[in-house]
Amino acid sequence: MLTTALIAIPIVGALIVAMAPLSGYWLGSLATLISLVEVAVWITTAGRFDFGSSSLQFDQRASWFSDLQVSWHVGQYRFSLWFVGMTVVVMAACTIYGWWAGRERARAYFALMLLLNGAIVGVFTAQDLLLFYAFFEAMLIPLYVLIGVWGGAGRLRATLTFVVYTVVGSLLMLAAIIVFGLQQGTFDMTRMGTSSSQWLFLGFVVAFAIKSPLFPFHGWLPISYRESPPEVSAVLSGIVGKAGLYGLLRIAIPFFPQPVHDWRVVILILASISLVYGSLLAFRAPDFRGVVMYSSLAQAGLIVLGLFAGNTLGFDGAVLQIVNHALVSTSLFLIAGMVERRTGTRGEFSLLGGMARGRPALATVIMAVGVISLAVPLSTTFAGEFLILAGVFQQGWIWAVIGAAAMVLAAMYMLRAISGVLHQDVGPAVSENALDLRLGELAILVPLVLCLIGLSAWPNLISSRASSPAPAGWTQYAP
Amino acid sequence: MIVKPHVDWFALAPSLALLAASGLLLMVAVFVPRRGRKPTPAVLAFGGFVASGIWAAFLDDRSAHATALVHDAMWRDRWGALAQVILAGAGAVAVLLSYGERMRDEHVAEYYALLTAAGAGMAFFVQAGNLMTLFLGLEWFSIALYVLTAIDIDLVGSLEAGLKYLVIGAFGSATLLFGSALVYGVTGELSFDRIAATGHGHDAMLVVGLAMIIVGLAFKASAAPFHMWTPDAYQGAPTSVTAFMASATKIAALVVTYRVLTTAFPHDQHLWRVAIAVIAIVSLAWGNIAALVQRNVKRILAYSSVSHAGFMLIAVAAANPLGARALLYYLVPYAAMSLGAFGVVAARERELQRPVTLQNLAGFGWERPFLGVAMWVFMLGMLGFPLTGGFIGKFYVFAAAYDHGYWWLIVAGVIATMISAYYYLGIIRAMYFRDAAELQLAPAGGSPPFDPMLTAGVAIALAVTVGSFFAVQPLIDVARSAASALPL
Repeated sequence: MLTTALIAIPIVGALIVAMAPLSGYWLGSLATLISLVEVAVWITTAGRFDFGSSSLQFDQRASWFSDLQVSWHVGQYRFSLWFVGMTVVVMAACTIYGWWAGRERARAYFALMLLLNGAIVGVFTAQDLLLFYAFFEAMLIPLYVLIGVWGGAGRLRATLTFVVYTVVGSLLMLAAIIVFGLQQGTFDMTRMGTSSSQWLFLGFVVAFAIKSPLFPFHGWLPISYRESPPEVSAVLSGIVGKAGLYGLLRIAIPFFPQPVHDWRVVILILASISLVYGSLLAFRAPDFRGVVMYSSLAQAGLIVLGLFAGNTLGFDGAVLQIVNHALVSTSLFLIAGMVERRTGTRGEFSLLGGMARGRPALATVIMAVGVISLAVPLSTTFAGEFLILAGVFQQGWIWAVIGAAAMVLAAMYMLRAISGVLHQDVGPAVSENALDLRLGELAILVPLVLCLIGLSAWPNLISSRASSPAPAGWTQYAP
Repeated sequence: MIVKPHVDWFALAPSLALLAASGLLLMVAVFVPRRGRKPTPAVLAFGGFVASGIWAAFLDDRSAHATALVHDAMWRDRWGALAQVILAGAGAVAVLLSYGERMRDEHVAEYYALLTAAGAGMAFFVQAGNLMTLFLGLEWFSIALYVLTAIDIDLVGSLEAGLKYLVIGAFGSATLLFGSALVYGVTGELSFDRIAATGHGHDAMLVVGLAMIIVGLAFKASAAPFHMWTPDAYQGAPTSVTAFMASATKIAALVVTYRVLTTAFPHDQHLWRVAIAVIAIVSLAWGNIAALVQRNVKRILAYSSVSHAGFMLIAVAAANPLGARALLYYLVPYAAMSLGAFGVVAARERELQRPVTLQNLAGFGWERPFLGVAMWVFMLGMLGFPLTGGFIGKFYVFAAAYDHGYWWLIVAGVIATMISAYYYLGIIRAMYFRDAAELQLAPAGGSPPFDPMLTAGVAIALAVTVGSFFAVQPLIDVARSAASALPL
């Protein structure tokens, strides 16, 4: 019931917001309230969760149509819980940001944000393949409009690129789902056996690689992330991309042991390229959002290294790193939005600089998030990356070397971004009127930073409560 | 002495109800004073469709075993009855959409009389049991539609559209008739099951006849390459008529195609399966690619209807129990989506008093929130997105194709869907992403008219489109029992 509630609360909330006779400001506060209730429900779920058991929990099953064995089946494994948790936290932060930023056409905006919230939770909890696909596609509907209506000047082209990539990917997946489900005789993921079909595996992997994104399927990333409103970029990079990674983890890897084995090296190579290439692009990016968005590409590569390491170390590290990156990149995109708003720029480093002077709160928050994101020792990202590298080392030392090199690159691009905004000479667009972070903004960022600091103190909270011992149906997981 | 066959009036009731309504409407045109000329016919026509639908539902309930009527001329079975229910629903919504259509006072009753006559013809057509009734039903509703297409003589292009539809439609009917003659010539039989029972071999003339029957029906289903009339007729006809044509004609033509092929030609299935599959692929390719370059929304939707004919023909080509279910299921959300989409276009057309293009849809979604959201849902449904029945429909069609081993039809369907994303989402983009102010669009003559009938029609279509996503099981159950009436 709790899982169904987690999906239903935001969706019903979206309908209420769409019809409530309130003005824009109050619609925003209603949406905020609903997204906070969602967080509270998730905390309740986590409190009641039995981490000692690797089976599906809080599950609910009802037949949808029986002749093809499709059902409404939702539930959470241990790792799903963390995916859902990061979703509700990030969506709450982004909804509040939209409220604080006073988005126009508030009714549609908040309804769509809530709808998106429900759809993403659905993706992470669906245990029926067709239901998973339905939620996976449903994410696209609000995103399309959120970018297209509230985006920047190039939004029309951005939506087109975004949709072309994702629709191509998801339809490949639909074909794969139909064939796989009919072969298995059921669409229920908890009852499906494995398959050794290369084609089906590739159909899934390409769809998830586009969503993640992974090199060479990242063509939609630059324009979509730059033209979206900052909080939508945050959602895209923080959690929508994670839906692709979740798909790899939940579907592509457990159901296709043989193809995973056969394609492992190819995927590890693509992940390594994403990691290095993304880091280099981030180092060269001329604007703050550019750094954050290419670092997402790099991080997706790193996480895929962990997922395809084929052992629990890599898997635990990947789950931890997914949560870390969701929090980090959301914070960074929201900070980017706040900086852009203050300076009236699009975050170009040539126009920024010297913002630390007289703005202690901004400087502290950027430093805190930046330092955590470049994986200094003792931070939670360090823990995640360490686990991933330790895991993938078992597949060959070369992958670990590449991963370690990328950590150095991460330090380079992130420090460059921090100093580009905070230090150096005062940029031409930075005026005295650009104030320090206000209370409302701190109320959004500080909880996110506290989550990160908390995880840094206790990364084991997630990494020991994700996979081991492997959940049912994961016995094929060993390399 | 002439022996009169027994006539099962109950089985013919859905068709007769509409025919009676049509007759009454012609009386209304003469006897009702001018003041009542607008509401009275609409109420009558709506009542006719509702009565026909209720009768068809009863018929569905009481026809668990298929029986032949009137010397095998008609069939009383659930396949026909379920199609009649869907047809009646489509017709009733079409009446709601028609109410606000600009019409000359003196022609209002004739309009509805033709609409109900077309509905009666379709209800008759889907029960057809031999080649004679097949042709009779086809001509019956086609002639009514030819006139309906051209009924608004003030509308630019309406007459032209009517003429094109008439000429090409007559060609299609003639092809069907010729094909029927060849089949009769070979087998010496008219009724479908006796044609099958002759166990005809691979007679070349029969194959030609079969091909011509398929072509004749494909004209009506507007499947490519027999769709040439579709964009022009859909564009030129009054939008409410287009809505009716796009939904009801397609339902009737596809349901009957499936019936004729499976009951009369089961021995030739290796031939017609491939033929239908090829027509499906051509429709998917042509419909979607041609839609990409259109600017007029009615033309876009016309080409989209060609591509949907392709999707449904995939189910016909599969011709297995899953395919029959897929076809009947698909028709429900499809009919709702096309009625609703054309209804929204009609609303925009009425407020601007000019043809609706992608350009002048700008800002529509913000000005008319309900119609905007509805159009959004219809477009996503046609694209096959979740939360609409269109998604489940496509899923079923693909499942049926896979079940028969036609995996290449899935590939074709998936590629077609990818292409179609561009123009379906293009309509959403036109409605929401651009401001009306920059294009200086204003409703002709003051604020946009509120049309409760049209809004109700669109609301029903919206409810069916979304509802069919959730209520899959009951719909599939009905479709399953309907499909069991057919041999394959």
